[in-house]
Amino acid sequence: MADDDEKESTPMNWINNYVRPRLARLVAPKEVPDNLWIKCPSCGQMLYKRDLEANLNVCHHCNHHMRLGPKQRLTTLFDDGRYALIELPKPAVDPLRFRDTKRYSDRIKDAQNKTGQQDAIQVAHGDIGGMKTVVAAFDFSFMGGSMGMAVGDGLVAAAKLAVLQQAALIVVPASGGARMQEGILSLMQMPRSVIAVEQVKEAGLPYIVLLTDPTTGGVSASFAMLGDIHIAEPGAQIGFAGARVIEETIRETLPEGFQRAEYLRDHGMVDMVVHRKDLQATLARVIGLLTRPGPGASVVKISRAAAPAE
Amino acid sequence: MVQTLEFEKPILELESKIEELRHMTSSGGVDVADEVSKLQGKVDRLLKTTYAKLTPAQKVQVARHPERPHTLDYVERLFTEFTPLAGDRRFGEDAAMISGLARFRGRACVVLGQERGHDTETRLRHNFGMVKPEGYRKAERLMLMAERFHLPVVTLVDTAGAFPGIQAEERGQSEAIAKCIETCLKVKVPIVAVVIGEGGSGGAIAIAAADRVLMLEHAIYSVISPEGCASILWRSAAQSGEAAAALRLTAQDLKEFKVIDGIVGEPYGGAHRRREETIDLVGDAIESALHELRGLDGAALLARRRQKFLDIGQSLQ
Repeated sequence: MADDDEKESTPMNWINNYVRPRLARLVAPKEVPDNLWIKCPSCGQMLYKRDLEANLNVCHHCNHHMRLGPKQRLTTLFDDGRYALIELPKPAVDPLRFRDTKRYSDRIKDAQNKTGQQDAIQVAHGDIGGMKTVVAAFDFSFMGGSMGMAVGDGLVAAAKLAVLQQAALIVVPASGGARMQEGILSLMQMPRSVIAVEQVKEAGLPYIVLLTDPTTGGVSASFAMLGDIHIAEPGAQIGFAGARVIEETIRETLPEGFQRAEYLRDHGMVDMVVHRKDLQATLARVIGLLTRPGPGASVVKISRAAAPAE
Repeated sequence: MVQTLEFEKPILELESKIEELRHMTSSGGVDVADEVSKLQGKVDRLLKTTYAKLTPAQKVQVARHPERPHTLDYVERLFTEFTPLAGDRRFGEDAAMISGLARFRGRACVVLGQERGHDTETRLRHNFGMVKPEGYRKAERLMLMAERFHLPVVTLVDTAGAFPGIQAEERGQSEAIAKCIETCLKVKVPIVAVVIGEGGSGGAIAIAAADRVLMLEHAIYSVISPEGCASILWRSAAQSGEAAAALRLTAQDLKEFKVIDGIVGEPYGGAHRRREETIDLVGDAIESALHELRGLDGAALLARRRQKFLDIGQSLQ
């Protein structure tokens, strides 16, 4: 289940809360961009933001793959960073009139203002390795990438476009799961998204899932585990149940590396774990192998007759 | 031990009074038949009014009532020649997922459903109705077999959710559920699903992507448990009553959203009071659903099923 928003709270201590504001008042506030440096959440090294972006949000020191927004994601996947976004249908807003400590309609507006996007998915088409490809990329910064009706609409549209263009479909989930503020209608995106990718597979087109951090809950238990090929980014969390829920249920601590990309590969759920900088080449190769059989193709032509090869 | 629901207390008090009076009569005291029937009438009226306006939070309690009939109760009463089939042919058997061949009112079929158990021993045996990957893979195997032999599939949904555990994750719980949903949306035989108690999230939809999805009047079906939702959004499980209302998880809500196709009314006082009557009503509903689907060409059936799930939510625009 998707928890909202990233929870990257700064540690609370007396230096931050007390001394710093006083010092700040003493020294006149200067216009300094506050996020020139980013601390790697894995190794703790301070990274210069521009360098980090140039390195596709991967830490130079420990290779930790930080999250990538849909815009950067699409740029890194398509040939020469060129692609065309498609317009997605306007989603039904707040079907349940859901309200917890805050109205869902307000949460949506906040997320829209923060990201400048309509919802948590973007769909684009272009070429990868010179082959027509449709990519649907999740946006984790939009309510934890949670899957509601709008995301379901995006996946259905992406699948339709892939079939129409006879293109491969790549979906890049980054999602905590279903969007609980849409209740049962978010759960229904599971069968809905399954039907969507099924249409691509039945059209004889490759359906590839690029699993990124995180892919959990209702997202992992539907379209994200049904790819012809599953490629995961290093260290990505992938699994059904949240770590806390599991620990509460079985009252055991979880093993090292539990639900990480490498763990899923070792347990047979993911084909390969690929560094972000090698993704485009890997995808191009895989799509090529699946859709461009090459000159010897007639030899392996499937035939009902039990005749020996020519 | 019968679990007492808070809102049923006035009813239970009256019932115990009746019991007392009956006891007096049988021990040779005064004849209190009049008094008893008067009180019984009061109980009936109270049950009817209480159950006609249950709040979502109360429905959650009723749906999980331990005395409510569970999958095996339905299998025993509604099906004949039940032949349980075990195992996913890959890893193991999962007793949380009841599965087998049977006859439903004369018609051979495949029956699937989560079983929660009714006492400590059976609850442990059936893992409280929380299915592991092997259970979903067994369900998948049986649905494919149903297709091979042109048998309809009847599923009974009653689970708090799929099992969250280390081994379940290792063996690919996500993939197992995803494949099970995919198989529901692939087989060219009729599937009828009935949510008889709790339809808990992905663990429920895995066997509920059906041609006809029915729900008992006081059953619930949700993307997350009200407790889970409250602990995430309100940061406190104590708000689960509010979450139950906000999630719109009752059969009546789901019918409005067109997520389910029909509601099976429960006898007044709920399924836990009138178990056999409830089971028979569910049986009749399954029969008429299967009857509606009979004679449909497999491809047409599948196309309609898929379109139904593609359309869910669209009408809300």
